Amino acid sequence: MKQTSILDIISPIMIGPSSSHTAGAVRLGLLAKNIYGKIPQKITFKLYNSYALTGKGHGTEKGLLAGVLGLAVDDRRIKNIFSDDIAKNIEYKFEYQENFKKHPNSVDFIFEDDKTMKIYGESVGAGEVCIKEINGFSVKLTGKYNTLMIVYKDIPGMISQVSGLIQTQNINIASLHCDRYAKGEEATMCISIDGDLENDVIEAVKAIDKVYFVSYIKKLEE
Amino acid sequence: MKSINTFEQLLTECTSQGKRIWQVAQAYESEWCEVPINKMRQVATSSLKAMKEAIRSGLNSTEMSMSGMCGDDCNKLQKRFALRPAIFGKTFEKILTYSLATSEENIRMGKIVACPTAGSCGIVPAVITAISEEYNISEERQVNALITAGEIGRIISARVPLAGAVAGCQAECGAAAAMAAGAVTQLLGGEPRQVLNAVALTLKNILGLTCDPVCGLVEVPCVKRNPFMAVMAITACELAISGVESKIPVDEVVDAMEQTGQLMSPALKESSMGGLARTKTAVKLQSDLFS
Repeated sequence: MKQTSILDIISPIMIGPSSSHTAGAVRLGLLAKNIYGKIPQKITFKLYNSYALTGKGHGTEKGLLAGVLGLAVDDRRIKNIFSDDIAKNIEYKFEYQENFKKHPNSVDFIFEDDKTMKIYGESVGAGEVCIKEINGFSVKLTGKYNTLMIVYKDIPGMISQVSGLIQTQNINIASLHCDRYAKGEEATMCISIDGDLENDVIEAVKAIDKVYFVSYIKKLEE
Repeated sequence: MKSINTFEQLLTECTSQGKRIWQVAQAYESEWCEVPINKMRQVATSSLKAMKEAIRSGLNSTEMSMSGMCGDDCNKLQKRFALRPAIFGKTFEKILTYSLATSEENIRMGKIVACPTAGSCGIVPAVITAISEEYNISEERQVNALITAGEIGRIISARVPLAGAVAGCQAECGAAAAMAAGAVTQLLGGEPRQVLNAVALTLKNILGLTCDPVCGLVEVPCVKRNPFMAVMAITACELAISGVESKIPVDEVVDAMEQTGQLMSPALKESSMGGLARTKTAVKLQSDLFS
């Protein structure tokens, strides 16, 4: 049995009213921003199902935007984020859809800046979240571990090269998730680790031949 | 330490080591979750402080929620109590106003502590704070009570996930009431066995509690359910601390809760497809709100 913690029961401190629809939305926004690497100039949020239907009453839109702007789940600015100065310099819009192939509480982030990125995530209950898709690639990011995400050409030896670099820091890999568009085409790798990677390891991964994109996504604070 | 996933295992540890529930719980947490005891108590202390802050702001606000359905009821109670005291006295007044203050703070996007969930956030803080003020109980002992509450919630959640969508409101406000009942029994010096009886007595009285929120929002009936559940926690504590025992052992009550959750129709588990959510008035409110 997976061990739960007392601290999961008597926390977190959060802005209400809903752990899945408010705190979960903030965490999804934060993770999406961390994947992108910065706050994008232009954002489209596509809310699905229960997020689309009851989002307004739960402050889901506010939570999503606040997360992308880097606010934590207990930040009082979430409530009035639409009129806050930090939201003034970016362009954003919300769309609403029903799509029963998707999770009840789910969202697409479409970020447009120097690069365009589409990120799909789900709020799976009690404030827990999971990013499931980036630009059509299947990924698995929960924000519970520091995670190295790599987009690369699907050729032999890539996993070994990357894990070898992680090994130089004597860090344990907690999970490894790979997906590819087709054999020999673009592929993604998400490596969740115990511990924290040093910058030169990340730079060394970036320098590997046929690696197109690297993002080091720090775990979210509890 | 052996793994503890039932109340019986918890009681055995308490008895064999001659310790209180919070003592066993914090040692266990530090061993299994690799959190040092002082770090864990720090987190519990900041939760406790945030709970009190939520009560303070909630008592001073009449701001309505985004839907406009809730937000000014705590103020009505305070005004009335200022003129004419509650039937059961000052402690009772505090339990009602503190729990309502916290859940109203939640629906107006204030800062609260999910304990165990946001919809049930008013119950544990109200009971611990009201009793501690009336009996002049130190912060350290309040943290002990909060850890006791956390351990009760953890053991329930080992079998029943604390989510309305899985087991109805049994697993949200119901679990919170059981946690509060155990916490207050601990605060008043109850033995571990009495704490667990308070949990069993509470859970027996919330079996079958549905989750049927109007308009799909954490407002009706959730906000006003918090004070009702806080009072139930005190009832359970009074019985347990007098030596009243639950005829059905607490772990079997949790089994019943799990089974009841499974037998409950999905229409009554946070889908807003049945119960209060489909009443004539609720349907009208929903069409007014989302049109």
